[in-house]
Amino acid sequence: MDLGTFSPVLLIASLMVAATPILLASIGELVAERAGVLNLGVEGMMITGAVCGFILAVEIGNPWVGFLGAALGGALLSLLFALLTQILLSNQVATGLALTLFGLGLSALLGQGYIGVRAPSLPRVDLGPLSDLPYVGRIVFGQDLMVYISLALVAAVWAVLKYTRAGLILRAVGENHAAAHALGYNVVAVRTAAIAFGGACAGLGGGYLSLVRVPQWTEGMTAGAGWIALAIVVFASWRPWRLLLGAYLFGGITGLQLNIQAGGLSLLNILPAILISVGIVTLLVQLFRHLRGGPVARRTMITGQLLVAAGIVLAGLNRLFPDMRIDQAFWLSASPYLVTILVLVVMSAGRAPGSLGKTFHAST
Amino acid sequence: MLKLEKRQRPSEVWSYATPVIAVLLTMVFGGLLFMALGKDPFVAIRTIFWDPLFSEFAFFYRPQLLVKGAPLVLIAIGLSYGFRAGIWNIGAEGQYIVGAIFAAAAGLALYPMEARWLIFPLMVLAGAFGGFLWAMIPGILKVRFGTNEILVSLMLVYVAEQLLASMALGALKNPEGFGFPGSRNLAQWSSSQNLEIVAGSGMHWGVVVAFLAVIGTYVTMSRHVLGFQIRLTGQSPRAAAFSGVNPARLVLVSLGVSGALAGLAGMFEVTGPAGQISIDFNAGYGFTAIIVAFLGRLHPIGIMLAGGLMALTYIGGEIAQSQLQMPAAAIQLFQGMLLFFLLAVDVVTHYRVRWRRPASARVAAE
Repeated sequence: MDLGTFSPVLLIASLMVAATPILLASIGELVAERAGVLNLGVEGMMITGAVCGFILAVEIGNPWVGFLGAALGGALLSLLFALLTQILLSNQVATGLALTLFGLGLSALLGQGYIGVRAPSLPRVDLGPLSDLPYVGRIVFGQDLMVYISLALVAAVWAVLKYTRAGLILRAVGENHAAAHALGYNVVAVRTAAIAFGGACAGLGGGYLSLVRVPQWTEGMTAGAGWIALAIVVFASWRPWRLLLGAYLFGGITGLQLNIQAGGLSLLNILPAILISVGIVTLLVQLFRHLRGGPVARRTMITGQLLVAAGIVLAGLNRLFPDMRIDQAFWLSASPYLVTILVLVVMSAGRAPGSLGKTFHAST
Repeated sequence: MLKLEKRQRPSEVWSYATPVIAVLLTMVFGGLLFMALGKDPFVAIRTIFWDPLFSEFAFFYRPQLLVKGAPLVLIAIGLSYGFRAGIWNIGAEGQYIVGAIFAAAAGLALYPMEARWLIFPLMVLAGAFGGFLWAMIPGILKVRFGTNEILVSLMLVYVAEQLLASMALGALKNPEGFGFPGSRNLAQWSSSQNLEIVAGSGMHWGVVVAFLAVIGTYVTMSRHVLGFQIRLTGQSPRAAAFSGVNPARLVLVSLGVSGALAGLAGMFEVTGPAGQISIDFNAGYGFTAIIVAFLGRLHPIGIMLAGGLMALTYIGGEIAQSQLQMPAAAIQLFQGMLLFFLLAVDVVTHYRVRWRRPASARVAAE
């Protein structure tokens, strides 16, 4: 297979950058959902974060102030969601949609004067000789600080949920809010905090998009990233480490398709590789599960094998009919969304938190 | 301290009053927003809500009410089937786009034949079928694999947008268009055009179908067993399952209906007001229709009224844009606000607000 002038190292490094906004948004949503709140407004909070962060960074000239503003913007918007769903007891699905519509309008309005402006750039971490190591250096030690922060955040969320009392309370509220209430925990307060954390993370993810990934402000620039983040939480069965895997997989696909489009590579040359690698990852996840004594989902195994087989068949066809033509731009641009759907189908989701999406009203 | 007490059943009075209150609140806060943008709030609100109907040039704007309202009502009516049963199709925008593409493709395949009796009905069918098909993807995946229909239907919006771009630049591009993107103009081809039935009224075939959909849905919801099953499932899925409602069938039916109606809306739009398949063909009707559906309380008559109101904000918004230099995004925000206020105010429909002294104070008094 011809990779042209691609450097795999740069590619992997750029994939990590592509995955970071989704990773940030989805880790926040994971916390909210573990607390039993389904916030479909991730897209709206993300884009509000993107615009708030961008404006502040441009006005003050410091990207870190921008990130702070992005997190604050996302959190403020999420508090609106908290007010409606926790105090005024509105339907979470409808309110989440409203938050997204509202956020899209708000961000477009705020960002009017900032189209085409360049944001101050975020320097990459330079660890001297470590960053200069061949291959590994650029990928492991040469990212910008936000990438490390996002990874640390995943680790922190995992540790807090698993080992701390606060995490236990949060999970209790998410599993059974009536029982948690009976034990004396303040369900509304815990959930409000979780929602605000989710909003701040989504805002950060949006900020990363407008300040590092693109780095510019354009209307509707999240282009569904918030929804993909929601899908990843389902994919991850509400577990932080699987979430990391999912986000990097999706970031990989998004980044890869952009690279292919920009590099003018033929999709047909690269599609078999994508299919085979997705298939192998699927099989590995199953294997991993099996090794830990979990049940193996037959359907997932079969799909993984089918993906690998399809990749091999396609590679063969490629050899035989080099002139086969398809509308490449469409398939490439649509691939992140199509893969999201595919993954939602293939991955039999684990058990959702028991009280997810349900309204809590203490009658006494 | 204010306390919420769950009502035995939703209050009927409040369920009528809350949409009105929400609209009024939106006007107040919208006015504040416009003031923050440096516009006179009263002029702005008058421009949006009054001028399209009663100003000097209202004869020009009034027909637009039907033109903009028809797709909103058509889509929102379809959404109300699923929303009532707790099935969330939020990808109507995608179904709308695909309906338009299917209709345009079916019509353009026969270009330049002059046979309106054949081509126009064929395009209507193709449009409905396209939307139906696009909605069946989340439907079948949900029924077969238990996939979340919210996420799948929304992902398909983005896929449909890419498909639209690909069609406008490729397969459906006008061969005589001097290389510009976009299909042939369907509003200028006598076999496919969807023009006003009565000149100057804004009444095109989409409006007629929207009214038919309203009536049909009213009858279905109040008289047909399907309507009963949908309402029952929405109120208590368990009770519905015991009474023999087939949930899988309900998912497919409600998604299919909403998809087909959204596809129809796309068809009437591409053959009339929009005129051609182009990259920016879709204007967000599919998302605004979600607001319309909720504002109309998922009731066909309510949706019709809400669709009219939302169309008004579109038209008024355009006037405000040209006359007051109001940014387009302000109108979008205004519409988003409306849904927020509606959901917020709705608390009084399901709960009674009671004033209760804190427990400590009560003990002290006794």
